[in-house]
Amino acid sequence: MNALEIDAVWKYFGDFPALRDIGFKVTPGSVVALLGRNGAGKTTLLRILAGLAKPSKGSVKIHGSDVREEATRRRIGVLGHGISLYDELTATENLVLFGKLYGLDDAEKRAHQWLERTGLERVRDGLVREFSRGMRQRLAVARTFLHDPEVLLFDEPFTSLDDRAIAVLQSLITDAQSRGCTIVMSTHQLREAIELATHIALIRKGQLAYAGERRQEMLDDPAWLYRTFESESAS
Amino acid sequence: MKQEAAAKQIAPSASLRETWFSFLSQTLTIAGKDLRAEWRTKEALNASLAFSTVILVLFSFALDPNPEMLQEFSGGLLWLVFLFAGALVLNRSFAREMQNDCLDALLASPVPPAGLFLGKTLANYALLMTLEFLCLAEFGLLFNVRWLGAVGPLMLVMALGTWALTVVGTMFSALTVNLRLREVMLPVLVYPMMVPPMMAAMILTTDLLAGNALAGNMLWVRVLVGFDVIFTLLGVSLIDTVLVG
Amino acid sequence: MRNRILLVLTGAFAVLITWNLKNILLNLPDEARQDAIFRILYFHAPAGMVALIGFGIGMAFSGVYLATKNLYWDTLAASTTEVSLMLGAINLVTGSIWGRQQWGVWWAWDARLTSMLVCWLIFAGYLMMRRAVEEPDTRARLSAVISVFGTVNAWFVYKVIEWTPRLQHPGPVLSFRTGGKIDHTLETPFYWMVLAYLLLGVILVMIRMRQESITREIDSLRRLAHA
Repeated sequence: MNALEIDAVWKYFGDFPALRDIGFKVTPGSVVALLGRNGAGKTTLLRILAGLAKPSKGSVKIHGSDVREEATRRRIGVLGHGISLYDELTATENLVLFGKLYGLDDAEKRAHQWLERTGLERVRDGLVREFSRGMRQRLAVARTFLHDPEVLLFDEPFTSLDDRAIAVLQSLITDAQSRGCTIVMSTHQLREAIELATHIALIRKGQLAYAGERRQEMLDDPAWLYRTFESESAS
Repeated sequence: MKQEAAAKQIAPSASLRETWFSFLSQTLTIAGKDLRAEWRTKEALNASLAFSTVILVLFSFALDPNPEMLQEFSGGLLWLVFLFAGALVLNRSFAREMQNDCLDALLASPVPPAGLFLGKTLANYALLMTLEFLCLAEFGLLFNVRWLGAVGPLMLVMALGTWALTVVGTMFSALTVNLRLREVMLPVLVYPMMVPPMMAAMILTTDLLAGNALAGNMLWVRVLVGFDVIFTLLGVSLIDTVLVG
Repeated sequence: MRNRILLVLTGAFAVLITWNLKNILLNLPDEARQDAIFRILYFHAPAGMVALIGFGIGMAFSGVYLATKNLYWDTLAASTTEVSLMLGAINLVTGSIWGRQQWGVWWAWDARLTSMLVCWLIFAGYLMMRRAVEEPDTRARLSAVISVFGTVNAWFVYKVIEWTPRLQHPGPVLSFRTGGKIDHTLETPFYWMVLAYLLLGVILVMIRMRQESITREIDSLRRLAHA
């Protein structure tokens, strides 16, 4: 069964088609880099994949079920632009909260495990409001991985991360992939993304310009992708 | 054979029970989260309490109440204060989720939007009831109104009327969360819709404070209960439409 | 095709309103207790009735939008609500004028007018919210929810205000349904007026719909030009 099946997805904002006939399948264990210029539709697609928005036409299935179902959402981890953490709660309280919402019986234990893994054990009783930016980002990463999701959705994860957070995230992504998790990551950072990715999806003005395996040319010269497929689509 | 059939019958209802239990647990987790966050900062509570005190004092200047006049509009006055102060609390309800994009994380989680809505409504309800009880005490002091004698029925009326305000207010807090001029839009939308339950609550409260028994006004109690039930159902059914586009 | 329907309806409305106005203003005898001013009730009550019907229809259209997610129904719901607001305003103003004549005050807080005022405020809020949202789908979703809440609430408003002791004071509201022995000549212009208002409502909604579709076309052309 495919980890993700995106089938003829269109998204209209009024009369404006933000996404036009997007369709591709993602096999379990893949790391998909979702590329495209600003405004191409990457965030819109990711929001639909995360169940935060409904497609105007078409469907999205994660491991065979609709993404809006509870059981499906339990298996998805999302890291968006914001850190999605409560400033007035402590690091532990935040993680325990999300643990409970995701139905974890051992929420406290998991919270402590992940605080250790992200190097936040020392500040576990500190209010998030008082954290530095790097600490907040690491906690956000902990929140994303807390419930051992099988499918991970990242919206520009490497943007505005400090070096320590990038290192943590990269190791977690590699580790997740080795465990067979599926990852979809939208990004501007071509180099980091293409290195980690097994597959590439390029979105241009709401349409899918390329969806397939990562090729050697992309690894050698990341800009090759844009040159080739941006101009192909133009013609 | 019979035992198998009996076992099969138990299993589906157990999973229904599990679903309900999980729904309840998620709802209470959300409510607990809101209350804990509010208790840490006490921002909304302090602001509302200060605001309601100011309103009460201003009313006393505006109306120069003597005991006979007060009989006429005590209920009205009290619920006006509750409405104004309540708007502060209700506005923050979903607004606080916009910070750090928390709303997205909540919607992406397995919590059903109805659970999110009910959890927040419960938290707001607890906050508003606390606020109102304090206001009532203040009101009694400032205007020399004795309410302890009718405290039982009074609490019932407050419970029913506050639920009406909370359910509609939380719904519209979700609705206006992304709007420009959110702080103005919420009262503009909610207050006209509050006319039926507020009328009922005001009439009941005035009567109770004047020393009459609740039994003579059961019509209004039924109005409140009916309103509460219908609008809770509407809220729970429509919250998904409001939150997920 | 639509133009032709519009033309026919407008023609029908023009004929009906002229004939009815003539009837009301010239043929009816002055009512014993109230003299000429009672004629304003022929404008007042039907407007209120059709306004309330309009709010209900708006809610129905909102429901269809929620089921089909087709923006056409949202535009229809909004247009219907707008026109109903206009009729509601006519009801309020004519009621106020009549009240001034009858009771000497511009606003007497009587049950019917107060109920209409509250409903008017609810749906004015609906329109205000629509102004505050740019994105059509979001606007449609949120409007639909307000419409449902508002219409259900309107029912509560009317009932509650009817039962409120204090608001029943000011004088008897002339009603054709109380005291059944109303003269036939007095009654029929009322029903014709209801029909006239319904026609007017449909005409205005059609015009509004056309206006909206042109606006949307301009907007999408603008977006395409920018993209």
